[in-house]
Amino acid sequence: MGKITNEELLKKINMQFDGQLTVIGEPFGLLTLETTREKIISILSWLKTEPSLQFIYLTDITAIHYPEQEKQIGVIYHLHSLVNNVRIRIKVFLDENDIHIPTATTVWDGANWMERETYDFFGVLFDGHPDLRRILNVDDMTAFPMRKEFPLEDPNRVDKKDYFFGR
Amino acid sequence: MQNHPVYSDNDPQNELSTLNLGPTHPATHGVFQNVLQLDGERIVSGVSTIGYIHRAFEKIAEHRPFYQITPLTDRLNYCSSPINNMGWHMTVEKLLGIETPKRVDYLRVIIMELARISDHIICNGVLGVDTGAFTGFLYMMEHREAIYEIYEEVCGSRLTTNIGRIGGFERNFNTIAFNKLRKFLKDFPPVLKEFESLFNRNRIFVDRTKGVAEVTAEQALSFSWSGPLLRAAGVDYDVREMEPYSSYEDFDFEVPVGEKGDVYARFLVRNEEMWQSLRIIEQALVKLEKEPTDIFHADVPEFYLPPKEEVYNNMEALIYHFKIVMGEVPTPNTEVYHSVEGANGELGFYLVNDGGRSPYRLHFRRPSFINYQMYAPMSRGMLLSDAIINMSSLNVIAGELDA
Repeated sequence: MGKITNEELLKKINMQFDGQLTVIGEPFGLLTLETTREKIISILSWLKTEPSLQFIYLTDITAIHYPEQEKQIGVIYHLHSLVNNVRIRIKVFLDENDIHIPTATTVWDGANWMERETYDFFGVLFDGHPDLRRILNVDDMTAFPMRKEFPLEDPNRVDKKDYFFGR
Repeated sequence: MQNHPVYSDNDPQNELSTLNLGPTHPATHGVFQNVLQLDGERIVSGVSTIGYIHRAFEKIAEHRPFYQITPLTDRLNYCSSPINNMGWHMTVEKLLGIETPKRVDYLRVIIMELARISDHIICNGVLGVDTGAFTGFLYMMEHREAIYEIYEEVCGSRLTTNIGRIGGFERNFNTIAFNKLRKFLKDFPPVLKEFESLFNRNRIFVDRTKGVAEVTAEQALSFSWSGPLLRAAGVDYDVREMEPYSSYEDFDFEVPVGEKGDVYARFLVRNEEMWQSLRIIEQALVKLEKEPTDIFHADVPEFYLPPKEEVYNNMEALIYHFKIVMGEVPTPNTEVYHSVEGANGELGFYLVNDGGRSPYRLHFRRPSFINYQMYAPMSRGMLLSDAIINMSSLNVIAGELDA
């Protein structure tokens, strides 16, 4: 594990952003926090520039869809502090009808394609992104295929239904 | 980054020419399209179009049990598929809390380092081809064949290997595999040495590569580069060293670091990594001698398929077989991020599990995808011929780029 523990990390974050982040947990030692879209960019840039933390490496941006939740779409950031060798995961949940979040390209150049991919598959609109187009799917596609309501294959197909297998 | 040059022509005097580099062009080594605006031979701007072989692996993975996702990972970076397979297995093992025996770890290390060597053989060989030297490529290719024969002995296939299972390997390594491995360790170093002496101080090669596509450490970090490219730019980030998996902490190896981040530095870093991989494999062979020879998987009957003959003759094995195939083993309801040092950089698996038989969400952090986004911006002002070499040295694999 890293040079600073998750408790220290959490204490530092809470000193700077008191009450603006909630702890989801520490699955497999990876501190997971949740925040709001108003705060996300200031938190990300603080984490990057704070000399004792230096989360300079943006590992990944992706999203997840929970259709049964009130805020359906979660945007997930993975950061890595190469100096302290500690990772952190930050989630922001968004309402499907107001799916805007500020872009992280202002903090890292590498966020560009990661956000385009997230937009392409989940329809998350990154405000201020320089070039928010689809990236892997065709330009004239209308659906966002990684959402749960989008079927993988023909929805009329019955031969793979669970009840044939006693489930 | 600029808008699509095909859609918005920002050239009032019509002096620039538009060139479609790719999607199928012999110099791009894969399905890559770049729409370039050229002023003579110099690139004014470029836009990458990707997704030509997008196969929706993340969506398919949400409908498949864990052990059926391994063949999908084969097709990410198909030049070093064992690393992807084992990265995925280790992610699932982390999720399920499976502890693998040391022998499994060392066998995995051997296969993963062989895969790294075979990937670097391709990249550096092709870089030689693009600068006009076919010889080195052919010399090295012969030994990639030797690596593929070792895979063949271990798992039966060569390119898309589907090697190993959750918990270990599907069968033990046989003597032929070890003999082929020892033969490779004897035959390959002289060839690599010859390859280095052919290129490292070759005037034509150095002139073509040195100072081309220089990248500073700040730029590389800002674009989230990883792997040999980031190390060539001077950042010593290697997942094997930072967060050791599969008992890499037992091995003594160095992480080669370049200085300027140019094509030449990337070439040297990859060559040195091959030497280090050979060192690791040799150490692993020594360590294996102390381990019991009959262990090749962890003792996790709920997740490791029993041998077929036992399924027919043994009640317990039949039950486990049924449970695994029908997905009736409970799994923890949590999320896990695990990354391995792929041949191109940090290959990460972000797995969100809801306790079912298949992942709720699986995201691949694909190093080629993230490394490649700097290609168009960094090509600006570059000669077209240098941009081709730059693409070879990025070692972007189309399967990993598009997932």
